[in-house]
Amino acid sequence: MSDAHHDNHNPHLAHHFDTPQQQFDTAKMGMWVFLATEILMFGGLFCAYAIYRGNHPEVFEFAHQALDTKWGAINTVVLLLSSFTMAWGVRAAQLGQKSLLVILLALTLLGGVGFMVIKTIEYAGKWKHVSYDSPDAWYSLFIGERNAFYQKGGTLVNPEQAKAAKEYVGGHHGSDHDADHAEDQHTPDAPDTAVPTLVPVAAYAMPPAIDRATARPAPIGSLGTAPAYTGEYAAPVLERQLGIPENPGHSYPGFDELHAQDKSRVHIFFQIYFLMTGLHGIHVVIGMGLIFWIMVRAAFGAFGPSYYTPVDLVGLYWHLVDLIWIFLFPLLYLIH
Amino acid sequence: MSVISQPVPGVYGEKPPHGDNYINHSKGIFSWLFTLDHKRIGLMYMVTVLAAFFLGGIFAIALRTMLLFNSGGLAANLGGKSEFVANTYNQMFTLHGAVMVFLFIIPAIPAILGNFVLPLMLGAKDVAFPRLNLGSWYCYMGGAVFFVVVLGTGGLDTGWTFYTPFSTSYAHGAVTAATAGAFILGFSSILTGVNFIATIHMLRPKNMGFFKMPLFLWALYATSIIQILATPVLAITLLLLIAERTLGVGIFDPALGGDPVLYQHFFWFYSHPAVYIMILPGLGVVSEIIASFSRKHIFGYKFIALSSVAIAIFGFVVWGHHMFTSGQSDLLNAMFSLLTMSVAIPSAIKVFNWLATMYRGSIRLDTPMLYAIGFIWLFTIGGLTGLFLGALATDIHFHDTYFIVAHFHYVMVGSTLFAFLGGMYYWWPKMFGKMYDEKLGKIAWLLTFVGFNLTFFIQFVAGSQGMPRRYVDYPPEFAPYHHISTLGSYVLTIGLFLILFNWVQSLVKGRRAPQNPWGSNSLEWHAASPPIHENFKVTPEGVDPYDYRAWKYNPETDGYDYDEKLAKELAPAH
Repeated sequence: MSDAHHDNHNPHLAHHFDTPQQQFDTAKMGMWVFLATEILMFGGLFCAYAIYRGNHPEVFEFAHQALDTKWGAINTVVLLLSSFTMAWGVRAAQLGQKSLLVILLALTLLGGVGFMVIKTIEYAGKWKHVSYDSPDAWYSLFIGERNAFYQKGGTLVNPEQAKAAKEYVGGHHGSDHDADHAEDQHTPDAPDTAVPTLVPVAAYAMPPAIDRATARPAPIGSLGTAPAYTGEYAAPVLERQLGIPENPGHSYPGFDELHAQDKSRVHIFFQIYFLMTGLHGIHVVIGMGLIFWIMVRAAFGAFGPSYYTPVDLVGLYWHLVDLIWIFLFPLLYLIH
Repeated sequence: MSVISQPVPGVYGEKPPHGDNYINHSKGIFSWLFTLDHKRIGLMYMVTVLAAFFLGGIFAIALRTMLLFNSGGLAANLGGKSEFVANTYNQMFTLHGAVMVFLFIIPAIPAILGNFVLPLMLGAKDVAFPRLNLGSWYCYMGGAVFFVVVLGTGGLDTGWTFYTPFSTSYAHGAVTAATAGAFILGFSSILTGVNFIATIHMLRPKNMGFFKMPLFLWALYATSIIQILATPVLAITLLLLIAERTLGVGIFDPALGGDPVLYQHFFWFYSHPAVYIMILPGLGVVSEIIASFSRKHIFGYKFIALSSVAIAIFGFVVWGHHMFTSGQSDLLNAMFSLLTMSVAIPSAIKVFNWLATMYRGSIRLDTPMLYAIGFIWLFTIGGLTGLFLGALATDIHFHDTYFIVAHFHYVMVGSTLFAFLGGMYYWWPKMFGKMYDEKLGKIAWLLTFVGFNLTFFIQFVAGSQGMPRRYVDYPPEFAPYHHISTLGSYVLTIGLFLILFNWVQSLVKGRRAPQNPWGSNSLEWHAASPPIHENFKVTPEGVDPYDYRAWKYNPETDGYDYDEKLAKELAPAH
């Protein structure tokens, strides 16, 4: 093995590596291994999505209409462009083009900012604190009484159970408490902090029982064609939002056309949507932080042909973040 | 730094000057807390992981003592306090399991012995990413802090498996804190795995191809593959659990269209490979010890190496065998049962290879070897009882009984813990330059071996007779089983305390260790005991780690000296 003395003057060469090339290759390998772990982590969420979509296709067909494909498509283009500027930035670092590198990193960062702005627009439109019984409840993340923070002690129970349990322990609601105290001095109050016990509730919305002896799977193709619904969202999505006519006769269920038990399942779509895009958004923000950090370092001239490892590795991370969105967008916004 | 082509005379066998090793290389608490030296990070892990082991052990003794007094039913023995006792028992077994699994067994061998030994075995100066290494220790401490918070705020009674819907909808303990802690600990595991894979791929010395590495490195490599692929799935599972508990996400809640069994699938998709994270490094340690203490080349090197990877791969497709009674379809049950049988094959290959290594070897029954032989015996029992559990029909009877408890304690304690202890004794002279008391080591081994078997063998019988796990009371006919088991746990505890005493005594006034007390040939034994800060003055070349012929016993130091001329003659020309 050649003994390259000049390598010893490279200030970036760590003491446990023999050559800068070995150090760079090792760093790159480590980064790819880390990206594999990120893919596995998101994979769990994709798996959950697949299972729910497979089990409740009508719910997904109905609920995904609330997503605005236009914004999703813009976000996709934004991320793709930012990946392009990032990759170009790595090339600039390799060639020692410092000011170009800084500009490109700034553009990439701008792309990330744009993505988060659009994300905020999308989220804001869905964030409504509504009561559980409201017909608009289906798209809200914090669905009123279903929200754990809304309930006593933070223990999450089914709202029907919570109601029944409240009656079970004496029926004193927080707002009525003082009034009862004033009137009924000799009736001992049930402790207001009593956590609802596990009371079976007749109103618990179980799905209808299947008679396993006679049940048969639906014939192939019977679930594939959507019936002609007449609800509010009957017009195809693309036609409604972008004016592009879709297959005639293909329409989506309205809320009222869903089965009874599916109405309470609709917000599972949104929870999966928020979890997946939320976790992705967190990774975008982390990526933005990393890009900002190397942009500052690049402005101070830290990178050049002999050392551009951080640019390369952050670029890999950003490409992964982009790739995850490329998968998220069709699965959540496009397929029907 | 250049790599020389011949060993430098005088390097081997020289005693390191006092005051020039990695321990006193720099002083002060911050030189440890901000160290980038893999050896120091290994020691820091040792202190914290052993502290966790002690904590988990307290919970174990507590729950076994509770079981000692509970025969005949709680009402008979404890009057009106039975609900409190039952709740406390739930906390004890949950905390015992969670602390032992997440804070002890998963990190123990890779983070302590792996961190210390891996770069030395490669003749390298450090792992590939020293800062990530330190980061992984801080992740470990962060997760540990969360668990301490759990202890202080409401405890945990869900079982270490956090099954839904109890953990999401009904449990009152600090479930969110515990799962957040486990989430952070997962990153410790992932970062260690990333580090080891990169180091093994890129920092091997000249002449050390993959099939010339010591088998401990193969084991760590396979473990790292599992760590990076499985742990992220646990991360997302715990995130979903926390989201369900705090935000009302209904992924595991049937009322919202969710499925609690889905949680089990997600959880076991990680946790089954996790048990291979626990055992694979132990298998690697045993390979090293058996070969060295039989003074014989390991038999079937390639088979052992490849079976480590095979275990890692097969381990990913068998998670359903934890769910045979959870309502899976019959087809899925049958498939998982069949696949589970396949995992036994590479493990058995290793056991046969070790026995073949010992056959006609020159066996030395020092303490590390006692643990390695004990490992073979106990791993065989644990593994064979795993077959009972992998077979669908018998598992229906055994699931959630003490048979399962006995099985996994045989493989986790009888096997992994014994391998860990054996490895600690084996590399102790290398790590500290001191010898432990051999006689005390043997006595402690006897106590731990007897105590362990007393505790857990009888549990196979209890389980097959129907004693369910996680139950705080039981009918009087099970009392003898519990009494014997608890008695055994006390014996095991005494043995473990003796080991701790032995180690502390060795640090305080142990005999100075020779560079190579065992005559092993893997590269860490070519470094000083304890090693200097940079590990090697001159980067060594790869050697056959199981060729012991160049080391000659020196009765003055009770160690082995390296005969460089002989080594040159024996080494193949290149």
